[in-house]
Amino acid sequence: MKRARLLPNLALWAVALFAMAPLLWMVSVSFMTPGEASSFPPPLLPAHPTIANFVELFASTDMARYLVNSLTLATLATLLSLTFNVMAGYAFAKLRFRGRDRLFRFLLTALVIPAQVAMIPLFLICKSLGIVNSFAGVLVPSIATVFGIFLVRQYALSIPDEMLEAARIDGASEGRIFRSIVLPTLKPILATLATFSFLGSWSDFLWPLIILNDSRKQTLPVALANLSREHVQDVELMMAGSVVTLLPVLLLFLLLQRYYIAGLMAGSVKG
Amino acid sequence: MNQERAAWGFVAPALIALALFFFLPVAAALILSFTDFDIYAVADIGNLRFVGLDNYIHLLETPLFWKALGNTAWFVLLGVPLSIMMSLAAALLLDNKLARFKGFFRTVYFAPVVTTLVAVAVIWRYLLHTKYGLVNWALGGIGIGPIDWLGDPHWSMPAIVLFAVWKNFGYNMIIILAGLQTIPEELHEAARIDGANAFQRLRHVTLPGLAPVLLVVSILTMAGYFQLFAEPYVMTQGGPVESTVSILYFMYEQGFRWWNLGFASAIAFVLFLIMFALTLVQLKVSERWTQ
Repeated sequence: MKRARLLPNLALWAVALFAMAPLLWMVSVSFMTPGEASSFPPPLLPAHPTIANFVELFASTDMARYLVNSLTLATLATLLSLTFNVMAGYAFAKLRFRGRDRLFRFLLTALVIPAQVAMIPLFLICKSLGIVNSFAGVLVPSIATVFGIFLVRQYALSIPDEMLEAARIDGASEGRIFRSIVLPTLKPILATLATFSFLGSWSDFLWPLIILNDSRKQTLPVALANLSREHVQDVELMMAGSVVTLLPVLLLFLLLQRYYIAGLMAGSVKG
Repeated sequence: MNQERAAWGFVAPALIALALFFFLPVAAALILSFTDFDIYAVADIGNLRFVGLDNYIHLLETPLFWKALGNTAWFVLLGVPLSIMMSLAAALLLDNKLARFKGFFRTVYFAPVVTTLVAVAVIWRYLLHTKYGLVNWALGGIGIGPIDWLGDPHWSMPAIVLFAVWKNFGYNMIIILAGLQTIPEELHEAARIDGANAFQRLRHVTLPGLAPVLLVVSILTMAGYFQLFAEPYVMTQGGPVESTVSILYFMYEQGFRWWNLGFASAIAFVLFLIMFALTLVQLKVSERWTQ
């Protein structure tokens, strides 16, 4: 019996090592002295732990600015997504209007179109609106998303109609009902959508790469990709940059993983 | 009616945003793909000409397109099954009754999914270093000589697959894990009583029960893997000898390096059509299979 228990648990630890080794190695190398990681056999722990790489990173590159850019953009993208998608998702679930179901089915079929198809004309649209190279340009595709509307709608379907009707009979306006009855019941899905939007915006690469060419406006991933081309040899410095990029999202995930995984489940049953 | 007006008030902002920034661009992409939109048209729209199917014909005659298509197909063919097998294995381990600390392991396995792609691609570039990388060091431990992962055109795509599997397996694992929990315990019990061993139970109870979940997972994973871009951009810049140029990488270079926006739109549409066709094929095959 004991041996039967040993095997699956050993396998679990082996997979955990595979999943965690790259991240642990990154943290370890970020505290090494410059050049230390480039030796054989590769050192697993810093001989003399130092924060010099982080100091160097913030002193010699614009890392602080990129961090603020990424935080600002991810926060704004989250707020936009919460406003637009939640209103629409609720209406698709609970308010009656002509063509509602046909419209919703049409939106769902659009999920098969990869976002990259839209990118080239979207760039030209942003250019004609004069928002190339601005935060507004970065944010444009994340204002409303089919996935976000779908996520909120599925959850809002469970709001009992009687509750809304009762409020209507009491004379509450639709706006009032939305604010004081619907929003509180939607709280869990709001957390899910917020987590998705924030992480999605933080990690987004291709669109910010296309739309931002002023280096002062770059986001962390775009800046990191550029830095890693200039500083190929500076392993320790680059690992410090990766730590700065990954730390916020990993912390956010640890705090909100329950909501994130709930959204993932809802998204996968869309078929 | 009052509710009807209010409802439009609620959906209109999102619909307008989607129409302007998604549906209009998709339609425009189709039109653009029939034009010679290039750097001169960016400067002055008067230089734009309709060229019919020329972009598509030119695309089929471009060797790098076929190379990119082949590379992407190789990435999908190798990466999707490996990725799903890894997810399935991890899910089965977490579903095992003898497993301990399940919550902890689930979080650990899922962590790579939420990481920022560019940042972890930078890490893996060093992990895959021929001389100082941990991967070759570990392989050396079991007697396998150093592999020039990102410098050898035969190994560059497998290296990116390894990275992609690491990054993504936790995602499908969660979905498969939920699927496993919907298979009734009685089925396992009945099979056990009939004398089926663990492998036979996996083959005849677990996998058939998971079939619908595995179909969804394979369609979503395939669609995701066809959109390969940031990995080669960060890790190999498409090299060595163009062995990691993907369709999207090709599109990005054509569109935003050479400003052949009409041509690049045609590439985007071809990618879309291929993904769409393959999804239909998968659905059809599974229909026949389940009948």
